[in-house]
Amino acid sequence: MRYLQGILQIRCCPDHIREIAVIEFKINDKEVKAREGWTILETAKEYGIDIPTLCHHPAVAPTGSCRLCMVELREGDWSKLVASCIYPVKKGITIYTETPKVHNVRRWILEMLLASCPASEEIRELAQKHGVISTRFSVHDPNQKCLICGLCQRVCEEVVGLSAIAVLDRGVHKKVGAPFLRPTDICVGCGSCVTICPTDAMQEIFDTVRGKPELPLSQLA
Amino acid sequence: MHNQSSALQQGPCRLESLDDLNKFREQLERNIDPDHPEIVVCHGTGCLASGGEAVSNAIQATLDASGIKAKVIPGIKTTGCQGFCSRGPLVLIRPQGIFYQRVKPKDVGEIIEKTIVQGEIINRLLYKDPQTGEKIIHEEEIPFYKYQDRKVLHNIGKIDPTNLYDSIMAGGYQALAKALTTMTPEQVVQEVELSGLRGRGGAGFPAGRKWRSALLAIEKKGRPVYVVVNGDEGDPGAFMDRTIMEGDPHAVLEGLILGAYALGATEGFLYVRAEYPLAIKHLGIAMEQARAHGLLGKNILNSGFSFDVRINRGAGAFVCGESTALFTSIEGKPGNPKPKYVRSVEEGLWGRPTVLNNVETWANIPLIIDKGGDWYKKIGVSHSTGTKVFSLVGKVNNVGLVEVPMGLPLSDIVEKIGGGVPGGAPFKAVQTGGPSGGCIPYSLKDTAVDFDSLTEAGSMMGSGAMIVMDDTDCVVDLARYFLRFLEEESCGKCMPCRFGLSRMREILDGFSEGRGTQADIDDLISLSKAIQDGALCALGSSAPNPVLTTIRYFKEEYLAHLEDQNCPAGVCKALITFQIDPEACNGCTSCARKCPVGCISGGKKEPHTISADECIKCGICKESCKFDAVRII
Ligand SMILES: Cc1cc2nc3c(=O)[nH]c(=O)nc-3n(C[C@H](O)[C@H](O)[C@H](O)COP(=O)(O)O)c2cc1C
Ligand code: FES
Repeated sequence: MRYLQGILQIRCCPDHIREIAVIEFKINDKEVKAREGWTILETAKEYGIDIPTLCHHPAVAPTGSCRLCMVELREGDWSKLVASCIYPVKKGITIYTETPKVHNVRRWILEMLLASCPASEEIRELAQKHGVISTRFSVHDPNQKCLICGLCQRVCEEVVGLSAIAVLDRGVHKKVGAPFLRPTDICVGCGSCVTICPTDAMQEIFDTVRGKPELPLSQLA
Repeated sequence: MHNQSSALQQGPCRLESLDDLNKFREQLERNIDPDHPEIVVCHGTGCLASGGEAVSNAIQATLDASGIKAKVIPGIKTTGCQGFCSRGPLVLIRPQGIFYQRVKPKDVGEIIEKTIVQGEIINRLLYKDPQTGEKIIHEEEIPFYKYQDRKVLHNIGKIDPTNLYDSIMAGGYQALAKALTTMTPEQVVQEVELSGLRGRGGAGFPAGRKWRSALLAIEKKGRPVYVVVNGDEGDPGAFMDRTIMEGDPHAVLEGLILGAYALGATEGFLYVRAEYPLAIKHLGIAMEQARAHGLLGKNILNSGFSFDVRINRGAGAFVCGESTALFTSIEGKPGNPKPKYVRSVEEGLWGRPTVLNNVETWANIPLIIDKGGDWYKKIGVSHSTGTKVFSLVGKVNNVGLVEVPMGLPLSDIVEKIGGGVPGGAPFKAVQTGGPSGGCIPYSLKDTAVDFDSLTEAGSMMGSGAMIVMDDTDCVVDLARYFLRFLEEESCGKCMPCRFGLSRMREILDGFSEGRGTQADIDDLISLSKAIQDGALCALGSSAPNPVLTTIRYFKEEYLAHLEDQNCPAGVCKALITFQIDPEACNGCTSCARKCPVGCISGGKKEPHTISADECIKCGICKESCKFDAVRII
């Protein structure tokens, strides 16, 4: 259901919006129109304004965990950063997507990502695109690709309707795997998690979720 | 306790109205002789830890044993924390109000013999004012109590928290009966709005405004609405909420029922951390007693209003005190915060309108309803009304729990009530607001302790923990300590908190080991800003506060760590060496015998030396030296 909604929202072009409750506000000083219930990110995409994201996917509910999509909400002298992938549009707000505050958060997060997923080509490209080529954080696992965005867990639960994947533990020990880290036969091997993963990390985690099937999926592919 | 037995004998009776409650209270009071001697023993956690239970057992045993020559046998009562924990176990003799401190079981016989039987005061057990050297007999004359204004805590230390009748005699449930019989729910909300009460859980959001927003949300979405007590108190060094729940559980309950009445809630939750078993027990007893007397449950005081409440045990994660994490935890899911762009008054527990307030906030409600919002707002200062309970810990003479009107200068709390730093030196700084608060230096000692002034100083009220530091405390070490705490407690859901806090702690580790650079200070500040702006919940966004305030007020101490490789407070082990001053050392061998690695040499009556290569810098030699010959350089 969410998946369809997501697709519908993306297909809607500004011309069609007129029929439904329209919310007007500004992004980067430009007047924009959105439908009630949209997020800032959805609106920005409509207008071709680029905001980097990782943990967001239209097929599943946003959780706002990677914080890469932060944008600045200004009201007079007052301002704060909000996660555009979850912040609902409101009439008359003014949003800026490229400010010193936004850049500071973005840079630091990209450095964190470079250190936490050093093996991911996607992350390296994304960071490079935003001018980040090195990191001040220490690398703990040079082979790591997973940024624990939780998309795999959400797609499994919300779209496939199963709970074969869990985000386990807390804080710096957080990781993705089978519930209770026991390979599970709940998994039907649909591969949705592998498709949705923004860094290809699921390719490797997948087999730990499913246990050891005779032919591991990574070899199938 | 024994003199209430006649009232108790009638068994629990359902109270049906305000009148009933008044009559019942009068009946209880008639059975009490205010002049009857009573020995009150503090059973707060602090006093229990220092042996309070042994003292009360000894009193009971002595009273039970025959041969007491007193004309009347005194009653004995155990109460919640009286606040002056560093002087425990505390014993109070009523009706004279004689205050004995640091009482040992072996003192009990003498207390009964002399004070109870002969009316004599035992000088040795009195509190001695360290400033004047004078012995003080009565509790209210002791500076620690004299400068306080105990409103929320007024019953604690006077009533037996497991006895509803004690609470009723102290005015418990009076406000509830008043509201149910003479006020509309709307009037209750208005009274809270008028009072100016701000949430005591940290953010200081006006309670009345929160309740009003909930009413608006209810208009849109209908009921049910839930009321919730936040008793997760997880700040290191904080024990305000625990004391209130343990010492006056009925006040929390009464406040919650009043809130439920105001909002039309039929169900409420007490979220208490599992590490507080005594609070859970006392709240449970209070709920049972209140139900049996028609003060909770169906048709409260025969008013037609029904409300009940359940206790949820928090599994001990600091972040579960955060509102959205607390809700997911009550719902039975992992306690992870959710982004808060929809307020919890609109979408809280199970997506329903929910009012979550802190324990102390709820405990203020009966006072406000009883005496009026107008009365309440005259206490404190205009934007921060009422009183605030603080736990005063660290390098301060009078460690304990204090309640003062908002707006008092910081130095009054630390110096007048707290008795200042042991040894008399001025304090170096006070960390207010717990791990996410900030560090206020001595130069700002006149800062008014209210929500806005503390925020202006870069710190915050937080839940009310105050950690006093002297010049043997290192600010880098302090910031490191709090970051390590928050790093452990981070749920790990968002990137800035999961990685940023570890990185900040790593940089501070570097400083404490003399590896810091100027670029590190710049990184700390810039990363702090990114975390403040980027983190998903307030655990992350407030975590840099201790680092930012210590850099702001104690930059030279950071610079000493990196430029001079020196820790001025003598705390960071990598930067200090222990040496023995040959002039001061008389060769008593005490340090050499205590050193766990045996790195101190020297003959009897000859100056000793420490082998720097082997020394693990544990500091035991310094503690054991009676001649102050061990130096940190
Ligand atoms: C990490 C974190 C921990 C918190 N812990 C507590 C707590 O232990 N007790 C509490 O009352 N509020 C705590 N809070 C604040 C609550 O989120 C919430 O603001 C408060 O309970 C609201 O009640 P009040 O308005 O009466 O203060 C915490 C907030 C954060 C971000
Ligand atoms: S994309 Fe918005 S927080 Fe990750």
